[in-house]
Amino acid sequence: MFAYLLRRILYAVPILIGVNLLTFTLFFVVNTPDDMARMQLGMKRVTPDAIAKWKHQHGYDKPLFFNAKNSGAAHITDTIFWDKSVGMFVLDFGFSDDGRNISREIKTRMLPSLAIALPTFLVGLLLYVSFALVMTLLRGTFLDTAGVAICVLLMSVSSLFFIIGGQFFISKLWHWVPISGYDSGWGGVKFLILPVLIGILGGVGASTRWYRTIFLEEIGKDYVRTARAKGVSEWAVLFRHVLKNAMIPILTGVVVVIPSLFMGSLLTESFFGIPGLGSYTIDAIQAQDFGVVRSMVFLGSVLYIIGLILTDVSYTLVDPRVRLQ
Amino acid sequence: MNFIPVILWSDALVFLLLSAGGVGVWHVRRHPHLLLPWQRVAQSSMAMVSLLLLSVFLLIGGLDTLHFREALPNQSGAYSPEVLSVLDKLLVKLKSQTEKTYSAPFATTLYAKETYTDAAGQVRRDYPKLRYGGAHLTDLSAKNSDVVRRSVQGGLVGLLVGIGLLMLRRLQPFALSLSKGDSNNARVHGSTCSPRTGKLLGSPRTGNVLASPLVIAWLMLCLFLGILANLATVYHVLGTDKVGQDVLYLSLKSIRTGLIIGTVTTLVTLPLALFLGIAAGYFRGWVDDVIQYIYTVLSSIPSVLLIAAAVLMMQITIDTHPQWFDTAASRADLRLVFLCLILGMTSWTGLCRLLRGETLKLREMEYIQAAQSFGVSSLRILTRHIVPNVMHIILISLVMDFSGLVLAEAVLSYVGVGVDPSMMSFGTMINAARLEMGREPMVWWTLAAAFSFMLVLVLAANLFADAVRDAFDPRLNRTG
Repeated sequence: MFAYLLRRILYAVPILIGVNLLTFTLFFVVNTPDDMARMQLGMKRVTPDAIAKWKHQHGYDKPLFFNAKNSGAAHITDTIFWDKSVGMFVLDFGFSDDGRNISREIKTRMLPSLAIALPTFLVGLLLYVSFALVMTLLRGTFLDTAGVAICVLLMSVSSLFFIIGGQFFISKLWHWVPISGYDSGWGGVKFLILPVLIGILGGVGASTRWYRTIFLEEIGKDYVRTARAKGVSEWAVLFRHVLKNAMIPILTGVVVVIPSLFMGSLLTESFFGIPGLGSYTIDAIQAQDFGVVRSMVFLGSVLYIIGLILTDVSYTLVDPRVRLQ
Repeated sequence: MNFIPVILWSDALVFLLLSAGGVGVWHVRRHPHLLLPWQRVAQSSMAMVSLLLLSVFLLIGGLDTLHFREALPNQSGAYSPEVLSVLDKLLVKLKSQTEKTYSAPFATTLYAKETYTDAAGQVRRDYPKLRYGGAHLTDLSAKNSDVVRRSVQGGLVGLLVGIGLLMLRRLQPFALSLSKGDSNNARVHGSTCSPRTGKLLGSPRTGNVLASPLVIAWLMLCLFLGILANLATVYHVLGTDKVGQDVLYLSLKSIRTGLIIGTVTTLVTLPLALFLGIAAGYFRGWVDDVIQYIYTVLSSIPSVLLIAAAVLMMQITIDTHPQWFDTAASRADLRLVFLCLILGMTSWTGLCRLLRGETLKLREMEYIQAAQSFGVSSLRILTRHIVPNVMHIILISLVMDFSGLVLAEAVLSYVGVGVDPSMMSFGTMINAARLEMGREPMVWWTLAAAFSFMLVLVLAANLFADAVRDAFDPRLNRTG
């Protein structure tokens, strides 16, 4: 187990290097630091001096990958790629274009993101699985068909409409909860209700249908027939047998997103004014702050890889046949 | 010649897709075993109704893809910088009848009061009359009865045209048997106006044609289009936006953007996923390692961020190279094509993984081993044995992805990393609508229009995709 984890973690290093190389290529090779400086300083009437100064300030006045002027290891270490990438592996993200420490921002913004994402995830999972179980229990009836129809309908509505509609009706028209905002501590709960509700609603169609398919696939298997033949009640079949055996496909989809909950949801956070990582990213995208976007890409990949490893570990918990080696 | 055709990049890609689709249809029609699952799709009335709706969207998008530039009236050899499409030409009334600013659906006046000098020279503060919306009315109080009268008229005409086309299709099997040589021609022609209607009518299993859901849907559609067409010429059926453009026109123009995002993206995903997935699964070893590494790297990056990063970079490239583009439309278009490219680059990994898994399974099959031991070359095994056997996975995943891509476009454009702001799309409409919702009194019709158009498009796509999946998925056991 331990050796397996170690190997997986070591395997993550080349992947992260690949991620870094990719974003680096996107940010610095496709568009040279000169282009970026011109962009940041305004497109017209930018003197070469100003560009050189901007590049020096932000540490972009070095060669990209290979420094021919230095000797020894400095060939590689005295370059933009080295400067901008190595720090990330120890989670030191450097400074954003407006001079703030990115690591610090991430730390303070993690909590609000989590405050939205965690309830959405947990309550959502519970609801979706229960809906799917009920629909499986009622399979073939009118209610099941109606449920599927509603799911398809909800799937076809863009999440933007859920957010705009929810804000309009619940907050603006009926004044139940504030439209947007955030507060730490218990006072913040009233701000969180709407985004969490909308997050759950946005996922209900696709997820419920997905779980229903999993359960239906499971319920057609031989062991279910045997259990029924032994006289086990339909409820017991569903909860004691089907749910347990459907755990593997469910976990495959679920566990991998748990670490990414930290990243927050871009849309929800920017609509509801939550000062989390999602809105941080959107702001950075709109302000074209590459340092922040690169850091978030890196962080996202790290969390995704952790999610993959956790998925494998979780298999061993629900299925004793799975052994990691 | 008073115009020159313009083929934008996205147009060219659409034509490429259409011709590929045409070859695909021709190939499938010649092979009964390939046709079989499609016949199962055709048996599902839900799928056919969705397909009918989708084909209306496709028709609108297709007309909007034929671009040209008109010649300037008094100069020879000079063309207008504005790139128009056939759809613009057909909807010239909708396009040109712009008001000053917001007006509600079916309104005859602007949405906000303004101070203006009337004909008598008096300064008044009132809702100014619209330039075009309801301009034919002499008595504004007669608006409601006029709307009803026009709806009935338009609906009747639409219904009659619909029934007429149906009758034509009904006679066709007759005509087909008379002149066999012309059959292909008739089919091609038929598929542009009333797709599949004829197929269903011609098939023996529909005894009572008039009661089939497809026919009802077709008549409803004709009725609806008739009403809409008759009203839209004199009213702003969905209101006007901030600069007075007809929202119906904006919505119709947005369809092409959504369709292109949903379809052209597959031009990127498909080859990548197919080649890499099959190669990884079949050759294993270091090829597999390299390909797995590539797709793990790509899929480990949160896709929104990767798209955002790539779009930002592309934006800078476009901004720093204005000399590449001769018209504003070609710039916006290139951005659209790039967006498809980027969406494709981030979305091929899922399909690739599926194909790799399936190929791993297939290569252990007896018939592949037999082929190998006969000394059949790898390339031939891949093309003759593996690819046909993973086709259903590709098809299912492509149709399932379509609606997701249409939805993704809206979100991306909303965030500001989607299509060019000058290009009409559902995302840019929603983006505009968000500010309008905060106005007092509220402007709701842009959002409502984007909502309903997107809902119909995505719902139809989802339902059709479901039917395709049901028909092609070999895991579902069918009897008979």
